[in-house]
Amino acid sequence: MNALAHMGALAATGPIGVEPNSGEQITFWICATLAVIGALGTVLSRKAVHSALFIAMTMINLAVLYIAQDALFLGMVQVIVYTGAVMMLFVFVLMVVGVDASDSLVETIKGQRLLAGLAFVGFLGLLLTGIVDALDGMPLNGLQAANELHGGNVQGIGVLIFTRYLLAFEVTSALLITAAVGAMVLTHRERIEPRKTQAQLSVERFAPGSHPVNKPSPGVYARNNAVSMPAMLPDGSVAEDSVPTPLRVRGDARDADLLALEEADHLAHHEAMTVDEADGTGASR
Amino acid sequence: MNPTNYLVLSAILFSIGAGGVLVRRNAIVVFMCIELMLNASNLAFVTFARVNGALDGQVVAFFVMVVAAAEVVVGLAIIVTIFRTRNSASVDEPNLLKL
Repeated sequence: MNALAHMGALAATGPIGVEPNSGEQITFWICATLAVIGALGTVLSRKAVHSALFIAMTMINLAVLYIAQDALFLGMVQVIVYTGAVMMLFVFVLMVVGVDASDSLVETIKGQRLLAGLAFVGFLGLLLTGIVDALDGMPLNGLQAANELHGGNVQGIGVLIFTRYLLAFEVTSALLITAAVGAMVLTHRERIEPRKTQAQLSVERFAPGSHPVNKPSPGVYARNNAVSMPAMLPDGSVAEDSVPTPLRVRGDARDADLLALEEADHLAHHEAMTVDEADGTGASR
Repeated sequence: MNPTNYLVLSAILFSIGAGGVLVRRNAIVVFMCIELMLNASNLAFVTFARVNGALDGQVVAFFVMVVAAAEVVVGLAIIVTIFRTRNSASVDEPNLLKL
């Protein structure tokens, strides 16, 4: 903020037409635009991973806005705790839940989107008229004095937490412990059947319907060894289970029939070529 | 700079988050929208701290962050548990308590 104020002071004596303190204004308009874009992307993007990335963008821009408003500590905590830890947890759970967990676009309640849109517009209008009517033009006291009282923003927040808000701080520790224990209890799974022995596992592996050895690796019998390219069996058919399941689920595996045709063409061409070459070498000898 | 701008941004982000909670079906995305609403309210707290010239608003925003972190941990644990039993992360699926 000092830097921003300094920029503002420079701007005041600088080129004509630039109003004082325009550094903060520029920061605000850039970050606010990006934050709203991120928020809209969170709501509108179809895949949950895209939503997570969009909301991380919103959070980082909000951190910049916090720092522009003299809240250095909160800006840093926003980046480290929210964008770093909480969003990482979200992405981690997305990984557990699976890549095919994209939202269905079918409306399950009739007219819900329309009503939600109406509620959105109405709520936003209510908030905006309330804020602008009641609070526009309110005096801005600024945090310079409050921040310098104890030597800095972090020190000031620390003094407040350990004096006036000590009880809330202690209750927070109880909340955090409860949350940690609760998460462990919720995700803990009791073992309801005995652990299988090596012999039992081996018998199961050779039972009918299971696969005793490794699955075929993708692409090695074909021309291309990309992971999305199914392997070809010696009889020319395509080994479906050579493509990893996530790729098959997402529909990223390549078309097997097309591939077989292409491969047969290539083999025929290649065979003809080798025959020609053999003839050629035989003639020259 | 007029602090009302920050409050308007906060209101917009909060409304978008609320709309997302209403519209989306995936429980994890609903959770992200709740985080968005909490972030928007934090921005309002920080702005009011600056308007009043006191750090109390920032302390409250800090507590909101702590509560949000705890809420995310428990909520995601619930989502994982439901996903294990129902094999779905959609908020439409778990209707076991319905009459």
